[in-house]
Amino acid sequence: MKVKKNIAISESGFVFDPSSGESYSLNPIGTEILEYLKKNMSFEEISPLILEKYDVDQITFERYYFDFVNSLQQFNLISNEQ
Amino acid sequence: MNKIKLTLAATGLNNTDNPGPGIPVIRGIRESNAFDLRVIGLAYETLEPGIYMEDMVDKVYIIPYPSEGTEALIQRIEAINSIEKIDVLIPNFDAELFTFMKAEEKLVAMGIRTFLPTIEQFEERHKSNLPDFGKKYNIKVPESKPILNHSDIKSIKDDFEYPVMVKGKFYDAWVAYNEEQVRIYFNKISAKWGLPVIIQEFVKGTEVNVIALGDGKGNTIGAVPMRKQYITDKGKAWGGITLDAPEMLELTDHIIKSTQWKGGMELELIRTSKNELFVIEINPRIPAWVYLAVGAGQNLPEALVKLALGQKVEPYSKYDIGKMFVRYSWDMIVDLKKFEQISTEGEI
Repeated sequence: MKVKKNIAISESGFVFDPSSGESYSLNPIGTEILEYLKKNMSFEEISPLILEKYDVDQITFERYYFDFVNSLQQFNLISNEQ
Repeated sequence: MNKIKLTLAATGLNNTDNPGPGIPVIRGIRESNAFDLRVIGLAYETLEPGIYMEDMVDKVYIIPYPSEGTEALIQRIEAINSIEKIDVLIPNFDAELFTFMKAEEKLVAMGIRTFLPTIEQFEERHKSNLPDFGKKYNIKVPESKPILNHSDIKSIKDDFEYPVMVKGKFYDAWVAYNEEQVRIYFNKISAKWGLPVIIQEFVKGTEVNVIALGDGKGNTIGAVPMRKQYITDKGKAWGGITLDAPEMLELTDHIIKSTQWKGGMELELIRTSKNELFVIEINPRIPAWVYLAVGAGQNLPEALVKLALGQKVEPYSKYDIGKMFVRYSWDMIVDLKKFEQISTEGEI
C-alpha cells in the first residue's frame, strides 16, 4: 500500500491531492496514520504504536483502520501497489 | 526598464455571473511592468460592469454586435482607432472572433495588431467538427453530431446512448436524459445561439480545464491546468484550483504543436475514472478564469500582448500548484450621469 507521492499532508490534518485538486480534513489520529502510511509502514508496524498511545483494543482498531484505509483508497489517495 | 507605450483595446467587459474574460485580461496586463498602458474598453451593452471600473479601463466605447455585420463593427473600430490609435486588440467573445479574424488585414492596415488563431484553426476545433479533429490529431473526443431541426432528434437514439449533452455552437450545455429533454434544450439553445445545435456523447468523469497560449509556431508559451471547485447554475467556475497534472500539459502541448495554435486557448476536458482525458471543447480564446494563471505565476495576457507586438517571448516553465481563485460579486455605485453618457453618446 502506497500513499500517492505528491499528496501534501499538513500538521493540521489538511490533506491536498494536487492531481485532482481535492482536499480533505483528517482528525489527529487519521493524520498520524496517514503519516505512517506515507513512510511505507504496514498495519503490523502501525498497530502497536496506536495501541500503546491510545485507549483502544486490537479488534476495534483493526476495524477502524481498514475502514479508514478503504476511504483513502476510494479517494485515490493511496494505491495497492507495493 | 523602458516601458513600451501601449494602447490596448479589449472586449468582454461583462463581469456578470456569466463573466467575459475582458476584465481579468486587462487586470493581468495592468500588472505587467512592461507597458505604459492605456486601456480602451469595447462594450456591447451599457450595463457591462467593466464599463464602470475606472481602475481597469481608461475609456470605453459601445460597439455594434457582430450579428450586425462585419462592416458595421469594423467601421466603428476604425472610428475609435482614429481617436485612440490602438496598438493591440484582444477580442474575448467566441461569437465575435470570426469577425475579427476575417478583418485581420484591415486591422493591420489600421495599425491594430491581434494575436488570434487562423480561420482554419478556429473552424476545425468547432464542437460540430470535434470528431474529425480527434481523428486528425489522435486525441480522445466524445462522439458528437450537429443537428439542424426537430426531425433529427428522433435519430439521436440510433447513434448515442442517453444521457447526451446538448450544446450551443458557442455557449450553453445541458444534459438530456430523453428525447423530450433534447427537444426542450434544442429550442432553448437554437433561439439563443442559432444552429447547429450539437449532440455530444456524455462522458462520465471529472471536468478539468487548461488555459494555454500558443505562439503559432507549435510552441506552448504557457499552460495552467485547473479544476473548478465551485460551479454556478450557469456552469461557470466561481472557484478553482491549479493542479499538478503533467498528462494534461502533455495533451495541451500535443494539441498546440500539431495544430500550430496561435493565441489563447481553453481546453475543457473530462478525466474518467480510468484517468483517460477526453477533450470536450476547445475554446479559441483566453477564458474568464485567466487571472488564476496570472496568480499562479504565468501572466498569459501579458505574453499574448508581447506576441502580438512581435516580441520574442520565453515560454513559462512552471506555475504554483494548489493556487486557488474564489470569485465574488461587488456592488459599484455609479452616477446616473455616466450611464446617461454611455447610453446616449456611446462612449465614456
